[in-house]
Amino acid sequence: MTDASPFLQLQAIVKRFPGVLALNNVGLDVVPGEVHALLGENGAGKSTLIKVISGVYRPDAGTIQIDGRPVDIRTPHDAQALGISTIYQEFTLAADMTVAENIFLGREPLRVRALSIVDRKALIRQTRDVLGSLDLQIDPEATVKHLGVAQQQMVEIAKALSLDARLIIMDEPTATLTSHEIDRLFEAIARLKQRQVAVIYVSHRLDEVKAVCDRATILRDGTFVAAVPVGSTTIDEMIRLMVGRDLKDKFPKVKSEPREEMLRVEELTRKGVLHGISFNVRRGEIVGIAGLVGSKRTETARAIFGADPIDSGRILLRGTPVSVRTPGDAIEHGIALVPEDRKRQGIFATLSVWENVVLSALRRFSRKGILDVRREKQHAQEFVASLRIATPDLEKRVLDLSGGNQQKVVIAKWLNTNAEVFLFDEPTRGIDVGGKIEVYRLMGELISRGAAIVMISSELPEILGLSDRILVMREGRICGEFDRADATEENILNCALRGAA
Amino acid sequence: MPAVIVALAIVFGSINPNFWSATNLANVSRQMSILALLALGQTFAILSGGIDLSVGSLLALVSVICAQQMKNFGLFEGITAGIVAGGLAGLVNGLIIARARVPPFIATLGMLVAARGAALTLSGGLPIAGLPREFLVLGAGYIGPVPIPTVIAAVAFVLAHGILRRTRFGRYVYAMGSNEEAAVLSGINVANYKMLVYITSGLFAGIAGVILTSRVISGQPTLGEVQELYSIAAVVIGGGRISGGVGGIGTTLMGVLVLGILGNGLNLVQVSSYIQNIVIGVIIVGAVYVDLARERRR
Repeated sequence: MTDASPFLQLQAIVKRFPGVLALNNVGLDVVPGEVHALLGENGAGKSTLIKVISGVYRPDAGTIQIDGRPVDIRTPHDAQALGISTIYQEFTLAADMTVAENIFLGREPLRVRALSIVDRKALIRQTRDVLGSLDLQIDPEATVKHLGVAQQQMVEIAKALSLDARLIIMDEPTATLTSHEIDRLFEAIARLKQRQVAVIYVSHRLDEVKAVCDRATILRDGTFVAAVPVGSTTIDEMIRLMVGRDLKDKFPKVKSEPREEMLRVEELTRKGVLHGISFNVRRGEIVGIAGLVGSKRTETARAIFGADPIDSGRILLRGTPVSVRTPGDAIEHGIALVPEDRKRQGIFATLSVWENVVLSALRRFSRKGILDVRREKQHAQEFVASLRIATPDLEKRVLDLSGGNQQKVVIAKWLNTNAEVFLFDEPTRGIDVGGKIEVYRLMGELISRGAAIVMISSELPEILGLSDRILVMREGRICGEFDRADATEENILNCALRGAA
Repeated sequence: MPAVIVALAIVFGSINPNFWSATNLANVSRQMSILALLALGQTFAILSGGIDLSVGSLLALVSVICAQQMKNFGLFEGITAGIVAGGLAGLVNGLIIARARVPPFIATLGMLVAARGAALTLSGGLPIAGLPREFLVLGAGYIGPVPIPTVIAAVAFVLAHGILRRTRFGRYVYAMGSNEEAAVLSGINVANYKMLVYITSGLFAGIAGVILTSRVISGQPTLGEVQELYSIAAVVIGGGRISGGVGGIGTTLMGVLVLGILGNGLNLVQVSSYIQNIVIGVIIVGAVYVDLARERRR
């Protein structure tokens, strides 16, 4: 396959931003029908490169060739006309329109051309054809907002296909998918390959890259490191190429003996959502919660944290029942929630690093509502140092930090409240390999100091690598519990899919 | 933005030297003080992620209540009634926004219409004259060479800056505007602080309304039309983000100065008020555009 002539070829691409050389002499070639992984830590230049290919950025130097002919991609529209479609993490579908309307948006088959009257029957028929070619069971007349994330993604792929895309760029396509849905995505990718459509696949999940990609181009700090065949390269080798060093311990776990019970949840119920959730967590223990997306794990954490109301059940801390009706109550009792969607729920992007770090603990830095700003900053500085948050200074807006450092800022905010129960919801989503290890190390430090951790994660290696005990949720119920020793990916998945331990 | 203000002042000053006269500067600052106070309240509302469209109409309602109570009960009773009326209207805005969860734009749009109606109803649509002579000092008097309204506005700026930068409430205003969902999950009682935001805005409108009543020597149910829009303009011209979380008293001060100096300067160089409106409209959009362009280049 690699001896086929490339569809897309980039040579010596340079892209500068004020103060940053984002891409330095980067090359990439993609042949028809290949799935090409683009790997690198956050900040390595993957997003910039994608944006250059899809016409969002224009390179400062270098050439782009399609089918051997130099091209100039000035706008996303140019890219589309050249057969390049991009599926971003945040989908660009119109939520209130139907599947068919979305796929043919702006290109609707017309019945009376002069009056722009849409031929609805042809629209539905053509949509069915496109969906059928991907073997998708989606109703063309369904409203997009009523579809699940996975189906919306399929609609995006179908749309790209209907635009005669010859290259589809997928940016972290599996970030919000369950493992079952990931399989469906891989099937769709296989169909694209058969049709000689190329895919550029950006993901932090190297096991997926291993499963679905043919070749991988690896970037580090804006430079090209290597292009390797995926089949003959191990995951460890890929990691080494990405970070430029060996990562011995992917899951550094502090040895910590679980001690007395810290948090106990009894029969937590919210009508139609949570059904009699009961479990406990001890000091010095990490309890992992696995399950498919939609199994109500996030809702469980939110209920414990007082962010969602509950209909019945109780929460005990150190053996004493407590009333948690608002996040404020939870914080007072020493419970912290590191939410799954960092941008939407965790950080205050336009505020500075120090303002973020102290935000949940302002009571401690104020008297009668008046803040002691100097003490706030001092304190924030200590956390920035001890958590090794990479920021040029305290005044930097959190917006400008990398994902891993943003997550550390969120964690620092909770360390500040003297929390002892930490609810981590997808703690490493969208964070690069190096950043993940830092987050794991922090979690290890927390339990060694006697905190209790509940960790929700959709990444099974993470669940298996870090948890002392593992709970599996399905449809708002806990359907299984495993000790670290007995847990395997198979039995967890089995439980999550079928509800039997 | 400070450079723009200096440039405006130099241009106007060179065309008409009267611009720099003590009388003119006193006048400009006196005229600006009403907008300044409204813009302060608006700053809280916009920073918190909301908006307060009612402040212009509140000027009228406050004016009418202030004048009526002053005639019935006396000077200080009237002043107090005016300010309290502003605060209460703000409380109503806050309750509707924070408790009933009606979007701020709609809630305060309702108040904009209703407060105007209330002002007209209470006054029967007529000005309320015959206010005590001592009351005029508030709007027309001086402390040294500085007009009293200017002094009040200046004190209010310092106070508001302190609240925003040195109190928990102020920090929470920024946090809510930056990311409301994260604010809730950080344990901030967002509903209560939103109420406080609109009460603050109402109180500033109350103070502005009382001063304006003194300046026009009567209770006027028609005061303040379109002033809410100028207050919003003042906040965003200086660099405040319309969706909240970015900006502050400094940027609002810039916005107020630009609008004030522009209005006065264009008068002095004898540009008709019709054309002035065109210029100001262009400035509002242009200033925000320049700001956004700078942001995008980052």
